[in-house]
Amino acid sequence: MRGRVFLGFIAPSLVLMIIFIALPLVSVAWQSFHATQGVFENVLVESCAPGFLTQTCVKTIQSRPIMQAGVAVTQTSFVGWDNYRQLLQPDAVGKAFSPTGQGMSALLHIDFYNALRFTLTFTLITLPFIIGLGLLLALAVDDIARGLRGPVIFVTLLPYIITPVIGALSIRWLFVGDGVLTDALRAITGHDVSMFGQGWTIELMMLFYRIWHIAPFAFVVFYAGLQTVNRDIIEASVIDGATRMERLRYVIIPHLVPLIVFVTLIHLMDSFRVFDEIVGFAAQAYRISLQWLTYSLLTPDQTGNRAIARASASAMLTMLGIVVLLLVPLRRTWRDHRGKS
Amino acid sequence: MIPALRASVPLRIAASLFLIGWLIVAAFPLFWITALSFKVPLDAFSTNPLDVVLGPRTAAAHGGISAKDLLVIGLVMITTTLIFRQSIPLRSKFIRLGVYCAIWIIVLPQALGVFGDVFTRPLFGITWEHYREVWVGHAFYRQFINSAIVTAGVVCVSLTAGTLAGYALARTGTAFAFWLLIAALVFRALPHSVLLAGYLPTLINSQAILAPLWEWPATAWFFHFFATEPPTLYGRILPVILVLVSINQPFTIWMLRSFFASIPVELDEAAQVDGCTPLQAFRLVIMPVMWPGVITTGLFSFLLAYNDYLVTSLLLDQQSQTMVPAIAQFLNSENSAADQIQAIAAAVSITAPLFLLVMVFQRQIVSGLTAGAVKG
Repeated sequence: MRGRVFLGFIAPSLVLMIIFIALPLVSVAWQSFHATQGVFENVLVESCAPGFLTQTCVKTIQSRPIMQAGVAVTQTSFVGWDNYRQLLQPDAVGKAFSPTGQGMSALLHIDFYNALRFTLTFTLITLPFIIGLGLLLALAVDDIARGLRGPVIFVTLLPYIITPVIGALSIRWLFVGDGVLTDALRAITGHDVSMFGQGWTIELMMLFYRIWHIAPFAFVVFYAGLQTVNRDIIEASVIDGATRMERLRYVIIPHLVPLIVFVTLIHLMDSFRVFDEIVGFAAQAYRISLQWLTYSLLTPDQTGNRAIARASASAMLTMLGIVVLLLVPLRRTWRDHRGKS
Repeated sequence: MIPALRASVPLRIAASLFLIGWLIVAAFPLFWITALSFKVPLDAFSTNPLDVVLGPRTAAAHGGISAKDLLVIGLVMITTTLIFRQSIPLRSKFIRLGVYCAIWIIVLPQALGVFGDVFTRPLFGITWEHYREVWVGHAFYRQFINSAIVTAGVVCVSLTAGTLAGYALARTGTAFAFWLLIAALVFRALPHSVLLAGYLPTLINSQAILAPLWEWPATAWFFHFFATEPPTLYGRILPVILVLVSINQPFTIWMLRSFFASIPVELDEAAQVDGCTPLQAFRLVIMPVMWPGVITTGLFSFLLAYNDYLVTSLLLDQQSQTMVPAIAQFLNSENSAADQIQAIAAAVSITAPLFLLVMVFQRQIVSGLTAGAVKG
């Protein structure tokens, strides 16, 4: 396809991606180094109170925002790393790790580190479970009668297809108040277990939710991979006396490795932006994620202000995080790719 | 299959148990909230789980489904499938269906009447009051309409732009095309909140930002055609559609590219030899065969737009709110039991279309999930 024609075909898509992805990225980077503030002026105010014989008057200098047509005048100025400093709070970190500080626990009281800690552990803990459960499901479904596979795949797809916020809510509703599973837990353990009363149980629920939600995706990919395993090699290995375990270990898993890498990459991208669980489980008082941090900075606070500059700084740091996280697996795939060709 | 490949009996039992366990875990939360949403609060929050499923108090107050109803529904469904599987002319299929259904619906209840009220007594209590309250009382249909507009808009725009780009990328091997795909992959990894920090100030201040277009004489006449002054884009549905389309565009063009790569290039070459321009070749030769891939990709665009909470909750205001962020309004008023069930009924209402979607398009969804992995 010639250059001009090619450009014509991709133009709509390219224009959309430039306007709505590339340009916002540039503006976020710019915003993260600037701050918009109201312009204040100092005015001499004389306030008088009735007193004996004469009024007692006090003159004070007050600073007040300059208003123009009912709207506060603002000005945007370059502030360097200030927005990042407000998020990362290097002083507080230094204090936490000084001999008198409280170390990690003090560090995790700072929103950003709390979010970073949760996002990273969330991403890395769910990964092996999703791969493992997906693989087990694929192997199990591959073994059952053909007529049953359709309905089984249908039910398995449900957790994947459901709106994430609703999925999280539906699990939360099993536990809140007198939910059915709260009763079951009480019957088993003998005392009240409140799954939404403390941080670690909520975190456990979020991990469980994400595995429940994404394992079907891993399953479908692995199941498709199993259909393309070379039957001749399997039969040859049977003749050579390989047990079921050995066949799995030396024939099937190596065949699935590219798919495992694919699922890993997609999962790293998707779970690093964990957000919907926090909304669904109302977890923000206990656990927050990087994407939630940016979101909460962007929502108006009580005075109706949005902390856009700090949100931009947080967004830039989130982006840095995903780049670092993806660099490891991507470099390995790249090296494998070049090694082959 | 050769006998040695078949799993041993204990292994097969273990595998079946594992699978059954998974199916219960997968379906239980959805089944449970559906059952809850049809019950009066006393049943829904009863400590006896059986009450939640059967709903005796709901049945007493509002009636429900009896064993007879279940039998009739079941028989009608079974007969329909059986008749439509037969290879007889369509007209006689409908005639037979009509005859059988008439028997089930008219004759069967009479015959069961002999047994007294065992079959006609409500078995599962069902009430629609929470759904009525959500859809009529809280005017949830407004959010439904907004959701429908956003979703339809995203699917249409995203497929139009994506199909053209995916086709072009599948038919070019230049370095530019390669780097474009790599850039798309990087964009795919971006957390959406990163982009939102960029959109929000622009959309809120759009009136000031767009003002030059309305003032500069060369463009003013054109834009004044639409509005006398530049619009504030925050809270409008159109920018949200474009934002969701763009966020989804990297995924869409990757998926469609791999699909178009599987259509033989000889097809459009032949058309061009016959004198078609590239656009004609696309329209006349490629378009008739591209629908399976386009439908699959469209499903994923649909899911992204329909399920989104992050973008729609930040960029839309009260009037233009979609269904998923609107759930919050039911959660905040979570003080009475009835309110809570309304939230659940709203959640089930949002899930129902997705359920139908999987039922109809299961095969396309499965092939779409694997397309990226196997070809990419």
